[in-house]
Amino acid sequence: MSTPAAQLENIHKTYHMGDEPIRALNGFSTTFDAGSFWAIMGPSGCGKSTLLNVLGCLDRPDQGRYQIDGRDTAALTDDALSEIRLKYLGFIFQSFNLIAQLTVAENIELPLYYLGWHPERARKRATELAQEVGLAGRLQHRPYQLSGGQQQRVAIARALANDPVLLLADEPTGNLDSATGVEIMEMICALNQSGKTVIMVTHEPEVAAQAKHRLVMRDGRIERTEARA
Amino acid sequence: MKNNRLLRNIRLGIKTLLLHKLRSLLTMLGVVFGVGSVIAMLAVGEGASREALEQIRRLGSHNIIIDGPRPDGDEDGQRGERSRLLIYGLHYADLDRLLEGFPDIARAVPVKLIQREGRIGAQAMQLRMVGTTPDWFELVERPMLDGRPLSGLDLERKANVAVLTEHAARRLFAAARAGLGSQIRIGGTSFTIVGIVQSESAAAGGMQTPDRNTDLYIPITTAQERFGDLQEHRSGGSRSREQVQLNQIIVEIGALEAVEPNAVAIASMLARVHRRPSAYRVNVPLALLRQAEATRRNFNIVLGAIAGISLLVGGIGIMNIMLASVTERTREIGVRRAIGAKQRQIVYQFLIETIVLSTTGGIIGVAIGMLIPWVISRTVAMPTYVTPISVVLALGVSMMVGIIFGIYPAIRAARLDPIEALRHE
Repeated sequence: MSTPAAQLENIHKTYHMGDEPIRALNGFSTTFDAGSFWAIMGPSGCGKSTLLNVLGCLDRPDQGRYQIDGRDTAALTDDALSEIRLKYLGFIFQSFNLIAQLTVAENIELPLYYLGWHPERARKRATELAQEVGLAGRLQHRPYQLSGGQQQRVAIARALANDPVLLLADEPTGNLDSATGVEIMEMICALNQSGKTVIMVTHEPEVAAQAKHRLVMRDGRIERTEARA
Repeated sequence: MKNNRLLRNIRLGIKTLLLHKLRSLLTMLGVVFGVGSVIAMLAVGEGASREALEQIRRLGSHNIIIDGPRPDGDEDGQRGERSRLLIYGLHYADLDRLLEGFPDIARAVPVKLIQREGRIGAQAMQLRMVGTTPDWFELVERPMLDGRPLSGLDLERKANVAVLTEHAARRLFAAARAGLGSQIRIGGTSFTIVGIVQSESAAAGGMQTPDRNTDLYIPITTAQERFGDLQEHRSGGSRSREQVQLNQIIVEIGALEAVEPNAVAIASMLARVHRRPSAYRVNVPLALLRQAEATRRNFNIVLGAIAGISLLVGGIGIMNIMLASVTERTREIGVRRAIGAKQRQIVYQFLIETIVLSTTGGIIGVAIGMLIPWVISRTVAMPTYVTPISVVLALGVSMMVGIIFGIYPAIRAARLDPIEALRHE
């Protein structure tokens, strides 16, 4: 058995809303195997966003162990966490989050820029990725010149640029019409087929149905997990 | 590689700033006007003070110039008196006292001025004769254009020789270097022209009226012998007589640090001899030079303060806009952080933007600051001078303004919580 892509053990995370503590993650433990495709579901406030933030190294758990590709993330500095995001993680957001003043190519290259790639090499990689997501002719376009579906495809290309161990998607179809949503889901499924580990937060059952596994959360814990029929 | 990255960062900064052209321009305006006005004012001030310093320097920093000025005002009051005798000036004895009593004096040159009509053939004109010694030519550092200066032998023999200024030569002979060997008749004496000396302001472009320079230099011994100390002037029917021994004595002091003490000592010596304080005037070019330099320093301090205030205002303007920009681009910062940008890379990005903004403002300011003096020089014939150091300083300071006022917004951007930043609308 290969190293799990991500492994969480007894994760606790508590927020304070005024005087009231909110236990967003309350002893959460699970393992995401390499090459798996998980949909995280649950009612709002169940802790799925917090889970995604912890998985994305944007947030630190108060307690517990989180290993990514076998590396422990506990007690890492802000810089070291940035380094992990840069090398091991790719993010796909609900609202695409492309940078307006950059072209499509520059948006895709962004992780490579922070990785310190040579510009020519980075451009070559960006061109390949754009081709992969079907936007070969749009490299010099600005995000606002693209449709929502196209923007999300640029975002996917950007998330793939650093060849991440873990692809984290937060409601990737939430801002898209259903036809475009289907296209994007097909693309994410294809990525998983080719070996990428995908963890996706969604509240749409038909979107979640396309993942290989589903994890339903309640009150900061796993309520149940189920494999696709 | 590192260089390349900096260049890319600068390019990205420019691109981001060009996204809001008007806003970026307005933000820069404070720095533009600050830098521009300071460079322009400095250029005008520098031009004026350079001119003043040059004039003083031409008098010689080792020199002390003692004048025996003609008392004015007296003349008008006593117009009724038809043949009043006006006695003023320095004495021949003063020259001896200076040479004997002041060991620091290297040279002392007497100057005796005589106004007379001169004739060359049939042509007549008013001339000013300057009776002096050969040392004069060395002291004032004016080069000979042709012929030779006066010599010790001329002095000894009381020779009837004269050195013309360039201007006088041009007026008398219609060419600057003509007339060598010609004879000029003045009174009953015929002078041979042995040399032509450069006019006083030829180097500076002729700021003085040419008439002041229709001078004829003759040995002082000759002047005493032929013309004496008594002069008559006729103007509009009235007649005035003046008795002057020496109009001026120029003293050269060997050591620079002895110039000012000697000037004080000379003044007190003259005070004993002449009693009337208005009878003599001791000018020390070195002291004037110091004064002019002090004035310039003060002017520069005032300008520096104005520059400081305007750049402070400009800097605050930049900081204000950058803080707004950070808020506006919170989500971009969140995305960059999520992708893996370190805090210091975010600081770097925003800092470069501010530096690009302020330095561009500085460059435009320098351009405007150089244009204004150019226009002034062309339109009102005022000398201006843009010192290279002021340009370098202005650019350096505007870059500093970018760093100082950019660092806080940049750190604020970097400290944003990535989760909050991504959620920001």
